[in-house]
Amino acid sequence: MIHSLFLINCSGDIFLEKHWKSVVSQSVCDYFFEAQEKAADVENVPPVISTPHHYLISIYRDKLFFVSVIQTEVPPLFVIEFLHRVADTFQVCSSNVGDTLPTGQLSNIPWRRAGVKYTNNEAYFDVVEEIDAIIDKSGSTVFAEIQGVIDACIKLSGMPDLSLSFMNPRLLDDVSFHPCIRFKRWESERVLSFIPPDGNFRLISYRVSSQNLVAIPVYVKHSISFKENSSCGRFDITIGPKQNMGKTIEGITVTVHMPKVVLNMNLTTTQGSYTFDPVTKVLTWDVGKITPQKLPSLKGLVNLQSGAPKPEENPSLNIQFKIQQLAISGLKVNRLDMYGEKYKPFKGVKYVTKAGKFQVRT
Amino acid sequence: MSAAPAYSEDKGGSAGPGEPEYGHDPASGGIFSSDYKRHDDLKEMLDTNKDSLKLEAMKRIVAMIARGKNASDLFPAVVKNVACKNIEVKKLVYVYLVRYAEEQQDLALLSISTFQRGLKDPNQLIRASALRVLSSIRVPIIVPIMMLAIKEAASDMSPYVRKTAAHAIPKLYSLDSDQKDQLIEVIEKLLADKTTLVAGSVVMAFEEVCPERIDLIHKNYRKLCNLLIDVEEWGQVVIISMLTRYARTQFLSPTQNESLLEENAEKAFYGSEEDEAKGAGSEETAAASLPARKPYIMDPDHRLLLRNTKPLLQSRSAAVVMAVAQLYFHLAPKAEVGVIAKALVRLLRSHSEVQYVVLQNVATMSIKRRGMFEPYLKSFYIRSTDPTQIKILKLEVLTNLANETNIPTVLREFQTYIRSMDKDFVAATIQAIGRCATNIGRVRDTCLNGLVQLLSNRDELVVAESVVVIKKLLQMQPAQHGEIIKHLAKLTDNIQVPMARASILWLIGEYCEHVPRIAPDVLRKMAKTFTAEEDIVKLQVINLAAKLYLTNSKQTKLLTQYVLSLAKYDQNYDIRDRARFTRQLIVPSEQGGALSRHAKKLFLAPKPAPVLESSFKDRDHFQLGSLSHLLNAKATGYQELPDWPEEAPDPSVRNVEVPEWTKCSNREKRKEKEKPFYSDSEGESGPTESADSGEQMAELGSSEGVSRPGLSPPFPLSFSEQSEEDGKRKTKKKKVPEGKEASSSDEDSDSSSSTSESEMSSESEEEQLEPASWRRKTSLSTPTVTPPSVQPVSPPAIVSTSLAADLEGLTLTDSTLVPSLLSPVSCVGRQELLHRVAGEGLVVDYTFSRQPFSGDPHMVSVHIHFSNSSDTPIKGLHVGTPKLPAGIGIQEFPEIESLAPGESATAVMGINFCDSTQAANFQLCTQTRQFYVSIQPPVGELMAPVFMSENEFKKEQGKLMGMNEITEKLMLPDTCRSDHTVVQKVTATANLGRVPCGTSDEYRFAGRTLTSGSLVLLTLDARPAGAAQLTVNSEKMVIGTMLVKDVIQALTQ
Repeated sequence: MIHSLFLINCSGDIFLEKHWKSVVSQSVCDYFFEAQEKAADVENVPPVISTPHHYLISIYRDKLFFVSVIQTEVPPLFVIEFLHRVADTFQVCSSNVGDTLPTGQLSNIPWRRAGVKYTNNEAYFDVVEEIDAIIDKSGSTVFAEIQGVIDACIKLSGMPDLSLSFMNPRLLDDVSFHPCIRFKRWESERVLSFIPPDGNFRLISYRVSSQNLVAIPVYVKHSISFKENSSCGRFDITIGPKQNMGKTIEGITVTVHMPKVVLNMNLTTTQGSYTFDPVTKVLTWDVGKITPQKLPSLKGLVNLQSGAPKPEENPSLNIQFKIQQLAISGLKVNRLDMYGEKYKPFKGVKYVTKAGKFQVRT
Repeated sequence: MSAAPAYSEDKGGSAGPGEPEYGHDPASGGIFSSDYKRHDDLKEMLDTNKDSLKLEAMKRIVAMIARGKNASDLFPAVVKNVACKNIEVKKLVYVYLVRYAEEQQDLALLSISTFQRGLKDPNQLIRASALRVLSSIRVPIIVPIMMLAIKEAASDMSPYVRKTAAHAIPKLYSLDSDQKDQLIEVIEKLLADKTTLVAGSVVMAFEEVCPERIDLIHKNYRKLCNLLIDVEEWGQVVIISMLTRYARTQFLSPTQNESLLEENAEKAFYGSEEDEAKGAGSEETAAASLPARKPYIMDPDHRLLLRNTKPLLQSRSAAVVMAVAQLYFHLAPKAEVGVIAKALVRLLRSHSEVQYVVLQNVATMSIKRRGMFEPYLKSFYIRSTDPTQIKILKLEVLTNLANETNIPTVLREFQTYIRSMDKDFVAATIQAIGRCATNIGRVRDTCLNGLVQLLSNRDELVVAESVVVIKKLLQMQPAQHGEIIKHLAKLTDNIQVPMARASILWLIGEYCEHVPRIAPDVLRKMAKTFTAEEDIVKLQVINLAAKLYLTNSKQTKLLTQYVLSLAKYDQNYDIRDRARFTRQLIVPSEQGGALSRHAKKLFLAPKPAPVLESSFKDRDHFQLGSLSHLLNAKATGYQELPDWPEEAPDPSVRNVEVPEWTKCSNREKRKEKEKPFYSDSEGESGPTESADSGEQMAELGSSEGVSRPGLSPPFPLSFSEQSEEDGKRKTKKKKVPEGKEASSSDEDSDSSSSTSESEMSSESEEEQLEPASWRRKTSLSTPTVTPPSVQPVSPPAIVSTSLAADLEGLTLTDSTLVPSLLSPVSCVGRQELLHRVAGEGLVVDYTFSRQPFSGDPHMVSVHIHFSNSSDTPIKGLHVGTPKLPAGIGIQEFPEIESLAPGESATAVMGINFCDSTQAANFQLCTQTRQFYVSIQPPVGELMAPVFMSENEFKKEQGKLMGMNEITEKLMLPDTCRSDHTVVQKVTATANLGRVPCGTSDEYRFAGRTLTSGSLVLLTLDARPAGAAQLTVNSEKMVIGTMLVKDVIQALTQ
């Protein structure tokens, strides 16, 4: 299937290679470099490139390209998925990869090794929900959806058999499972029943059906205008809390990709700090927390390249935020039960809501 | 040192900052000296006796290899260490060998004996890794050794080693393809392996070595389907993709004759894979299982594949989800394909590479099955931060999804996109608008107006793209758009993009009759700038001139001649050619003649409008999800997805021999196969209310005492039985029809009660293991018995539930192929629901029939017997609005229109008790009155029996220890010490199936709760003096406790 793998950093050095069959020369990567040049932007390098003798399938992660060389038909997603797993592994242990024996393979439960032992037995679950939304100019929601995951950190001795139940499992519209979960139990009782892998892993990811109205926790008032035949424009945005369920919204960041003709920006902010990168034309405003008494705003002048026509489109605002102790969908874990082991584990659940791909069109 | 010069090539690279490993020796100053030193010390380190030094050296060497540096000179020094005792060193030496053995074959041979020894090691990990390295060494000389090693490993007792053997097969094949035949033998052997660990790897080997040998799959097909969910993710992808191809060669297209599906009476005999897999070892099968040609019946194996892959749509792996999606797209009946949309949309949240591949596939699917993705339209909306390649694919999908109803929203979205900063994307959007306009007539004008507005856009690219699209749109209905053409004509002054200018000129020429005044003027202007124009523009100027000359020669004759003269001396020969050709055609000359008379026809012939269609059209002839589909070109090694066969090949090839022990234990049980008919309602049975199924129902009903109209689940009789059954049917058919109509007559209750009575009585007489025979006897002795009331089952909406049950049973053994066995002992006696006095003459009783409820397998089937003891007819009997505790659900029986005085009727209703003994309260309504009634189930009725072997039982029991186990001691009274009585009492109390048991005084019973399907295992250990111990293992502790109580009560009384 995969013939060879090359790791390439963003300056174009091949710094690692691995060959599963015969050795393929590094020169095969030239086709990749060619495509990379053509694409201009790293994100636009086509994931699949056809060369005279090989096919190159690549992913871009953490400023590295993982380029695999394929010779025969194989489902592209198979390779892409594999490369991402490789990348995950690199992230987790940047030390020696081949050091552990494949003991998991031999266990009855392939995802958990036998004989796990802890002095403190703990099971933590993080319910993380992200709001994906597109808000149009007038402030109405074009599209909104909640994507959630439950990440688990399980440090339990032996072979614990856990079942996690929810107060309102019907909320979950579309769920994908870690292979350890018993699909049948979920189907019939809406209970997550599983023998967990040891350590950190993603238990499920889910989508909350878009039929439900999604609460949008922030609003943005904006007025961005560029004057015709003048080298400046006005920029004014204010952020305020909306349906925030009485929780504090924190970690707010606004990122704006300004049009190319923008030279510089002279802004004043009532809260936080902003930076404008004149090369990439990215404005970043780090707001922090919202206090409803005094809404944070950012306003000032935009300097444009003189003589250039005014930009047609106002840039859209990408917003990040975080709300602790809240799952915006209202999902609640009911209880966690453990079977198969005698000790009493320490259990914990944490909820966080974040902005996912949250975009305000202006 | 001789090795040193070889390393000089590393020097340049090693100076880079990204090579920390080389800096082990910080003291070394210059690059050169340090390099020499390093390799020297590597050799020394490898030669020492200290493992730690060796390990250090090997780590550095492997790091060099990973960097693509040449380390081949160290081969002799490294290969010596292959026999090293330290496993860590050994592993790294293996890594080295795999990389360089091909280059230094002679030296590599020295290491072979070590691997051969390793192949015999007691540790399976060492055996496996020896085989892995041996097969990775690409040295042709050792092919025979590899072959031998693979063969041996293929019968290793460790599945892990067998898996490695499967991995080695393609490696050997690529080294020497002459070994194919021998390798196929090994593949065949490994395909028969029953562990999930091996399945994925061997199918992979199959795909690489002999994908054409589809015949090897037959016997393993059902096993692969059943194992699938437990195979690791990578294996799942390969298996699913292979099975898609397999299914295309073996089954009939589900889209043909879809409407006939319902009417097929035979399909009841095609049933669950399980029954077939087990029961169909015999010869008669072949003939019996050939599907009738005409009406389409989905092969049960086809259904099995669809059913077993569906849950994998919820896999976390994008590749698996995609694999299932393509399987459904290529194999499922139209109505079922929809389920994949949700999962595919979910993948759009994933990494951008995943999005890219998924969107390509969605684009192809959305052309064929637009409706499938329509509900998810908004998920394809574009964000300004998406990479351009993703934006363009999303746009493609949005365009494919646009239809009459959603077009306003789509166009509104497009309007936002047009203002994007990403110009490539804007251009693509304009083309998308053009496509929407051609596909949806209603919005054509709106689109056209929008595009015309874009003509005043400041960005030239936008304008140019709009012109090109407008041109195509105008071609469809030119007459109404003179204004737009005029507007475009004005644009020639400003717009510079050649393609756009050419398009405008072509338009004016083509429709010059709509703009008779402007056209000559445009030609005049163009003539002025002719020499400065691009080639494509020049060609169109000539074109325009010619057309004008033909229609309006008075005004344009001179201009045309001027243009043609200019063109005659153009640098480009194409243009010179065209000018000469045009002149000959249009200007009448003495010798010219024939052609010029037809010039007008030639130039001004009506031209067909261009078709704007997606580039993804017809891409689905490639298997979706494949590399070839993505590239839209056949990749090396791509296996064509075959067309459905005209006629299905013999399905019996997939039948598997039954393992010995199941054979014997099932011999008698096979006779009661009518039961499994009902044990599961399946998806494709659908709403079946045809005469055919009615008849079939009547007949089946009579043979069972209870009937379920319309239910025709695909559980087969075991085939050996079927022919027998067939014969019986012929005789019966004649008798049944009279009874068939009488579904709600008074006879019903009598007959059903008589049946249940006879059942009750026979219980005591018959041995438990021979239940079917008596049942048949009863049914045959009363052949005129008509089905007791008949509840026209609403089409079973919830059908996939059976899937869950299938999944649960999956283990690594073959025992899963054993069908579930229903406990033969039936029914708790009648219970009163409504007393005669309270019911004002209406008497209502109920019994638990212990038949699976047809509409929903989670429901307990309850037979309600009505009789009218008043002297007026009771009309409109039905269930009124139930007030139910959470989770409890009721499937009402159909309204009984009228019950004459003295008459009785029986109806079946289903209640989902949610595995609790809470009472289901509901109202029983007649036309005049309402009665509040409630049914509370004994705990034993909340379950259904399952069949399992003793071993399985013990295994399951092992999993349900601790809190899940309830044990109670009891004394069996004298009257209750024979096997027979014990079994009878237990099964009368709880709907459990008996598990065969080795020892004589132990009794085991197994069942599953109906709603959650949790196992309930009951063990009774009887000691000589009447002392006994009762153990119940169940996840549902409440049920367990209650069951213990009930069973003890039954046994001790």
